[in-house]
Amino acid sequence: MNGMNENPAALLPELFLLGSAVVGLLWGAWLPRTRQWLVRLLAAVAAVAGLVATAVAATRPDELVFGTSYAVDTPTHATRAIVLVAVLVALALSVDATAGHRRETEFVVLLQLGALGTVLLGGANDLLLLVAAFLLASVPFYALAGWDESAPGTEAAMKYYLSGAFLGVAMLAGTAILYGVGRATGYAALREGLATAPVAAAGVGLVAVLAGLLFKVGGVPGHFWVPDVTDGTPPAVAAIVTTIPKIGGLVAMYRLLSVAVPVDVLDWPLLVAVLAAVSMTLGNLAAFFQTSVQRLLAYSTISQVGYLLIVVAVAGRADLAQPALLYYAAGYAVTNLGAFAVVAALPHARTIEDHRGMARRHPALAVALAVCLLGLIGTPPTAVFVGKLVVFTAAVDGGFAWLAVVAVVNTVASVFYYLRWIAPVFRGTDPEPAAPRAAGTWSPALPTPARASRWCSGCWAGSSCRCWWRRPS
Amino acid sequence: MTAVLSLIVFLPAVVAAMLLLVPATAPRRVFTGAWVAVSVVDLALVVAVWLTPGTGFRFEERVAWMPTVGISYHVGVDGISLPLVALTAVLFAACAVFALRENRRVKGYVALFLALQTVSLGLFVALDLILFFLFFDLSIVFMYFLIAGWGHGERARAAALKFFLYTFLGSLALLLGFIVLYLAAEPHTFDIVELVAADPLAGGGPAAGLALLAIGVGLAVKTPTVPFHTWLPPAHTEAPATGSAILAAILLKMGTYGFVRIAMPMLPDTWRQYAVVAVVVGVVSVLYGALVALAQTDLKRMIAYTSVNHMGYVVLGVGAAGILAGSDEQARQLATTGAVTQMVAHGLITGALFLLTGVLYDRGRSYDMAAYSGLAGRTPLFAAAFAVAAFASLGLPGFAGFIAEFQIFTGALASAPVATALAVLGILVTAALFLRALQRVFLGAERLPDAPGTPRPFADLHLSETAAIVPLLVLATVIGVLPRFLLDVIEPASRALVELVAR
Repeated sequence: MNGMNENPAALLPELFLLGSAVVGLLWGAWLPRTRQWLVRLLAAVAAVAGLVATAVAATRPDELVFGTSYAVDTPTHATRAIVLVAVLVALALSVDATAGHRRETEFVVLLQLGALGTVLLGGANDLLLLVAAFLLASVPFYALAGWDESAPGTEAAMKYYLSGAFLGVAMLAGTAILYGVGRATGYAALREGLATAPVAAAGVGLVAVLAGLLFKVGGVPGHFWVPDVTDGTPPAVAAIVTTIPKIGGLVAMYRLLSVAVPVDVLDWPLLVAVLAAVSMTLGNLAAFFQTSVQRLLAYSTISQVGYLLIVVAVAGRADLAQPALLYYAAGYAVTNLGAFAVVAALPHARTIEDHRGMARRHPALAVALAVCLLGLIGTPPTAVFVGKLVVFTAAVDGGFAWLAVVAVVNTVASVFYYLRWIAPVFRGTDPEPAAPRAAGTWSPALPTPARASRWCSGCWAGSSCRCWWRRPS
Repeated sequence: MTAVLSLIVFLPAVVAAMLLLVPATAPRRVFTGAWVAVSVVDLALVVAVWLTPGTGFRFEERVAWMPTVGISYHVGVDGISLPLVALTAVLFAACAVFALRENRRVKGYVALFLALQTVSLGLFVALDLILFFLFFDLSIVFMYFLIAGWGHGERARAAALKFFLYTFLGSLALLLGFIVLYLAAEPHTFDIVELVAADPLAGGGPAAGLALLAIGVGLAVKTPTVPFHTWLPPAHTEAPATGSAILAAILLKMGTYGFVRIAMPMLPDTWRQYAVVAVVVGVVSVLYGALVALAQTDLKRMIAYTSVNHMGYVVLGVGAAGILAGSDEQARQLATTGAVTQMVAHGLITGALFLLTGVLYDRGRSYDMAAYSGLAGRTPLFAAAFAVAAFASLGLPGFAGFIAEFQIFTGALASAPVATALAVLGILVTAALFLRALQRVFLGAERLPDAPGTPRPFADLHLSETAAIVPLLVLATVIGVLPRFLLDVIEPASRALVELVAR
């Protein structure tokens, strides 16, 4: 009797996203250009409704729905919550850049569809659903990268699409191999199948699947698109593609590795640990002497993925792994969006040099930027600090103390380039360059509440950690 | 009155937040006046706490913060932290008065100092490792902005960056050590009192050694000891006078305080095992700091290196407290008490010295000792204050530094005779360098720098400068002559600490 767990109400947040995207697309086709903000409003309402549905669903016990293909448990709830909040922030962040644009509706709808794919990635408990979610999380974002039709934007979309297609095919091939040797696609059944599978074939399949997910999260070696896409697209788009897909992609990796792949067959923790170390180191080194702020943030996101991959490496072996992953992801999402919000507020200041003396003209923005960048470094009392604390603890607990040391060294190295940006902002004595004008009222107003929520989440981490504490059953 | 410590800690931060709402165009007296008022109120509250009798941890507050990871907001004072809390209150009050003459972007300057005051007070009362770490890290952030924003130009930014990178690396090493302690304790906790009671890594082993290594390196960078001291001279030289005073008097103490509050009581076996390393590092810091200071021609840089020398005595003292062989409990207690006293003494004296070099720079726009000569005739008050501070710093009897160093040497002699004998040589070198500096700058024929940018006549100490510096020197003298009021507070706590280390 399969009908028992085919209850669509379990997917209410996903359905809200899908429904409002479809309705918004149709509605937007008939709305005049100046009234397209209604579609944005609809999307925001759907996101809020999704958050309420998530909160209600979080009070119910964990379950698998639609056979065993989709898990509704703590990581899924957290993915939904983080992605929906990120969607809300992104909707507000992009008002100044997209309001009244002739493709405003498309922007909103693509954002929603990509977010939907991301949530599905987080909940997928079956390889086939994982591949479908991967495509749903990728295709809308390819289009979003080329949304503004500028030459760098088109180039970015092309590069994004080509690397996505290449690694996506690899992922599909990996899925086929894993299905072949494991004789199942559902994670629990796959685990049993892999226990007796030939190690070499299973290893090749797993690496190929991970390649696709690494493309999604922008981690080494799937990171080549990140700098070009981030630098070539408007800040609002860059904020979205460097933040939202990472959440679902990391949760998907966590779930796939901890549920479906037995450690005694394949030593995936070591593989992920090495990828984490390389990712954070490469991202940091490449960020060192960047002059474009968006390119700097791009490399910074690659290094942040490295820190997050640490937790994936200790998945299932440290008590703190799951809360660490979810908490760090939430803190990272808010902080990264905040930093991009500052960039979006000053769209004409594209280099660090353009930000010189910003503290005088826009003191609130300057403080917001400093808090966001210090947050990305991980100084207390910001959310990423709490995230780093639990990540390091989980790493030491899971037997990867050397990885924690690498992360510490990288954190110190990252201080250098973040300070290279913060310091000129607060220099008051230099002659004023052509003062970059703030873009409007929405994006400059945004960093302040984002900042406040980040400090609050740092200060009140206890309560939020507690609700993500439940171990996967 | 149970929340008095929280009030002391957060009052400056609250006032800073309120000042941020005042437009920067308001008269600067609004900002400096508010700072003076806050620091005086804070000082009065600290005096009230000091006068309340009690033993062990007093005025404890504990509120659940992140219970799932064993973190709580837990504060309290004992005989080791109370003198440092008082020192912090005194130093910030002195800097507030000294800064009455500041006129560069006063709003941000005062707000940063108030934030720094909260952070410093919070660190010394913290009884939770993560709370301690939070304040430890924030002190780096705020001091970075202070040096970069109000230091001496482009070189200040380089120095500030170096300061941030070095001390941040130290703080993260510290964090790794804390995590090892957390994971070793059962149930997992970051609470200092519980960890001390549990002694989670009793018996040593590689985990304990690594934890002590991480914590030791983290604290050694902040203290700083040789070979982790290289951030200190540029940071001090380029910082504004008040920033240097706080950096030397308060921020350096965070490192040495960490040894007595965290490293020694939480890892007693391992501390005893490696105490001789601390002794060696201490002696090397004493001698190296003194000899390099002797070679300086820049007055501020010279004083910065004497800080390395003075902090070396503290490390020697805490190291000697961990060597059981050949010493009795009284000797180890003497060394510990001396180390804590030295923290207070160095804070008062070096704080005063850095404020005095700030006066010199304000008048002559140079720290180069060769640019000045015969100042005693033109500025007798300044010369007298500098002479008193210099004599106090070189450890002349009658000043706080002597009390501290005498106790450290007496306590350490039995267990580490060679090291102590070598360390005494450090005093000789410091005496030489201070006397030479006094002679160069204040005696002889009058000569003043006439570099561009010295518009004002070379004036003696102003009233606000006198009111900031003289109380520090008076306190250093009172502790030197009548030390009981301080030692009565420190001794019970250091006795308890020595027992914890010997268990």
